[in-house]
Amino acid sequence: MANAGPLHQSEVRSSAFTRSGTPPEGLTPNPASGPLLQVTRLQKSYNVPVLVDFSFALERGEVHALVGSNGAGKSTFARILSGLTDRDGGDIQLEGRPYNPGSKREAEHAGVIMVLQELNVIGTMSIAENIFLNRLPRRGGFLRFVGLHNEARQALSRVGLGGVDPSTPAGFLGVGQQQLVEIAGALSQNCRLLILDEPTAALTDPEIEQLFENIRQLQKEGVGIIYVSHRMDEIRRIADRITVMRDGRVVATHQAGDVTPAELVREMVGHDLPERKKSVVERPVGEVALRVRNLRAGDQVRDVSFELRRGEILGIAGLIGSGRTETLRAIFGADAKDGGEILVGEQPVVIRSPADALRAGIGLVPEDRKQDGLLLPQPIRVNTTLSTIARHANAGGWLDTRAETKTTESFCGRLQVQCTSHEQTIGELSGGNQQKVVIARWLARDCRILLFDEPTRGIDVAAKHTIYQLLHDLAAEGKAVMVVSSELVELMALCDRLLVMSQGRITAEFTPDEWTQEKITQAAFSGYLDQKESAIAT
Amino acid sequence: MNLKAKKLVEYMAMLVIWLGLVLLFGLMSHNFLSERTFVTLANRIPALTVVAAGMTLVLIIGGIDLSVGSVLGLCGAVVGLALVNFHLPFWAAILLGLGVGLGAGTLNGLVSVGFGIPSFIVSLGMLEIARGLAYLTTNSQTKYIGGAVEGLSTPVAGLAVSPAFLIAVLVVVAGQVVLSRTVFGRYLIAIGTNEQAVRLAGINPKPVKIAVFALLGLLTGLGGVFYTSRLGSSDPNAGVGLELSAIAAVVIGGTSLMGGRGSVVNTFFGVLIIATLEAGLAQVGASEPTKRVITGVVIVGAVILDAWRHHLTGKKFMLLKQLFSRPPSSKSTP
Repeated sequence: MANAGPLHQSEVRSSAFTRSGTPPEGLTPNPASGPLLQVTRLQKSYNVPVLVDFSFALERGEVHALVGSNGAGKSTFARILSGLTDRDGGDIQLEGRPYNPGSKREAEHAGVIMVLQELNVIGTMSIAENIFLNRLPRRGGFLRFVGLHNEARQALSRVGLGGVDPSTPAGFLGVGQQQLVEIAGALSQNCRLLILDEPTAALTDPEIEQLFENIRQLQKEGVGIIYVSHRMDEIRRIADRITVMRDGRVVATHQAGDVTPAELVREMVGHDLPERKKSVVERPVGEVALRVRNLRAGDQVRDVSFELRRGEILGIAGLIGSGRTETLRAIFGADAKDGGEILVGEQPVVIRSPADALRAGIGLVPEDRKQDGLLLPQPIRVNTTLSTIARHANAGGWLDTRAETKTTESFCGRLQVQCTSHEQTIGELSGGNQQKVVIARWLARDCRILLFDEPTRGIDVAAKHTIYQLLHDLAAEGKAVMVVSSELVELMALCDRLLVMSQGRITAEFTPDEWTQEKITQAAFSGYLDQKESAIAT
Repeated sequence: MNLKAKKLVEYMAMLVIWLGLVLLFGLMSHNFLSERTFVTLANRIPALTVVAAGMTLVLIIGGIDLSVGSVLGLCGAVVGLALVNFHLPFWAAILLGLGVGLGAGTLNGLVSVGFGIPSFIVSLGMLEIARGLAYLTTNSQTKYIGGAVEGLSTPVAGLAVSPAFLIAVLVVVAGQVVLSRTVFGRYLIAIGTNEQAVRLAGINPKPVKIAVFALLGLLTGLGGVFYTSRLGSSDPNAGVGLELSAIAAVVIGGTSLMGGRGSVVNTFFGVLIIATLEAGLAQVGASEPTKRVITGVVIVGAVILDAWRHHLTGKKFMLLKQLFSRPPSSKSTP
């Protein structure tokens, strides 16, 4: 199996087709006519039905977007197509032939390739090795580096990373570029159907443009693309057709131009979302809760000063890598500070660790829930009371489980965490509900200053709305709320005031009357422009 | 099924496995099912039991301590030295032994947590250091102590078991209660599950981790006292390879080497299974090499069984779901 030549590949491909029996050659429909992919009445259930009579068609050269709340069945469908999951029933035809991949490998040999939502890049291996991981060129068990790097260079140039040395460890790249490396890996295989699951979640705007250019190129080559995303604006730009899923069924399929985001969202949730308008209810903004003066931390936070008031939602916009996350982490004591002052109310506080921050009433809802926030195999109760566990014990350190359950019921109930019981393992919850549990933890700890880092990342539209409402409620209660987000529209709908960071500094501040997307974007890029100018000047 | 019931079922399962093993040897050898076998068993295991109980907690936080065998030897040697050479009273000698164990464990914890070195490496160093010190303090000679210490391991009048055994059982119960009913125990499980999340939840994991290593050291010291009392002498070679038996017992009891999950009671069953296997195989006339082969197979088999059980209860399956972020429960309750 060392050398999988083209002949061998086609053999494997046909074996993927023939698992449920290929019709004799003469009877096969002409592969050039008919859709690239035809899915008929697909069924799948894990205890509860996940796909119900799901039918779907994809033409050659089409970008077909798949939208729906988390749990609508998009990911399951993608996994069935890419051979990671077996279906319970229904029929899939790829180019007019039955298609039943038994594994990811078989799917890839048949030209169906999926780029996963979560990055699969191995940071310590070179870019080239990552691209060709499943088919490294070798001779007698030894890698052929020359061939590998040449092919990698070609693959990289297709995604606009032509100038990158393929022998660089992939971990040296930014998240966005890592994603492009994954896509390069997909493209370097004989790809006829590409499945992209939330491909832009970690990308900056220029990288998104690059991705869209690649997608358009693939379209010209006749590749069909299934594009799974929550981001309505992107879908409207790139997709030819949009299929809305809800509870494992197709709700509707639209031509991309014929439908508005509001209509799509309505179809996804099955009912109208109340319009989110900024400052519908004027909240009284109270005294200053948090003052940050000349904060410096590492390369990413160079000089940050601002004030945050009670009852206020303050947003931080900026490009990925502008120091937004790092600012929050430094305030919270998760990373070391190099300088600057933090005052809670009028009181200067020394924050060297998250424990110090919590003592000062500051809580951080981290960007990466799974890694930094949750004890995934533990029940909801344990996750909720993690920071207050000492309060749920008597003097001897004995736990009072009943008190824990009470706290959990009170806070998770208030945030409407959907679960079978509070003893349910938190890893089984959806992203939105997991996020709510992290928030519940800080509320139980009576944090008055709440820092949210990408609070709606990877959360479905309906749950996003609950989170927005929740932030409004928290502010209305007099909490001081700070939100970092990469979605400008989200920040503009949510915040009372907006800071823009660029290159580790705050480059602009806007009120709702002043801001426009253009102004904010300009401010986000300003740090990079200044740097170039000064570089030329010196 | 609630957590308590689940735990009970796990205990019962371990008990049934152990009883099955006893029955198996009973069928194979007529002499096995006798009072004498069980008395011997009960008096053989206290040292291993207390060390394995402490080891359970260390494995739960995702650490490991390879030095327990040597530290046990060193503590025994110190007890012998104190009694024979310094003529210290019995209680003082025991306190000294416990203190040495506590010190060694604390040092393991301080170095590995303080410098961020894997506990595997630090305790490997301690394994050598403690054994060397054991030889140095005893001049590499076994010291006969006699009646002064033997009381601990002599069956109590009216009961078939020794004080050492009773203390060991007490340690197991206390360990389980600490693990499942106290803040400290909750921290251990949380740290073993996701240390980063624990830190960001405002808990400093370092003192907790150091404390666990210190506790294991203390229990190893206790193990050293038990060992010395059973032999009636202090032997610088005491406890060679004990770390492996202890880890094996913990793992047979279903504690995860990855941390975050474990039970002291099940570790005790692990100790029973290992000791019964040892005694039973000797009874049916298996040679030493054969015993080792079979013990090895049992260890790996137990871990496979455990992994399979967790697969069945859906934990592994859940991991897959997490990886592909399909939330199954979002629509379970309105």
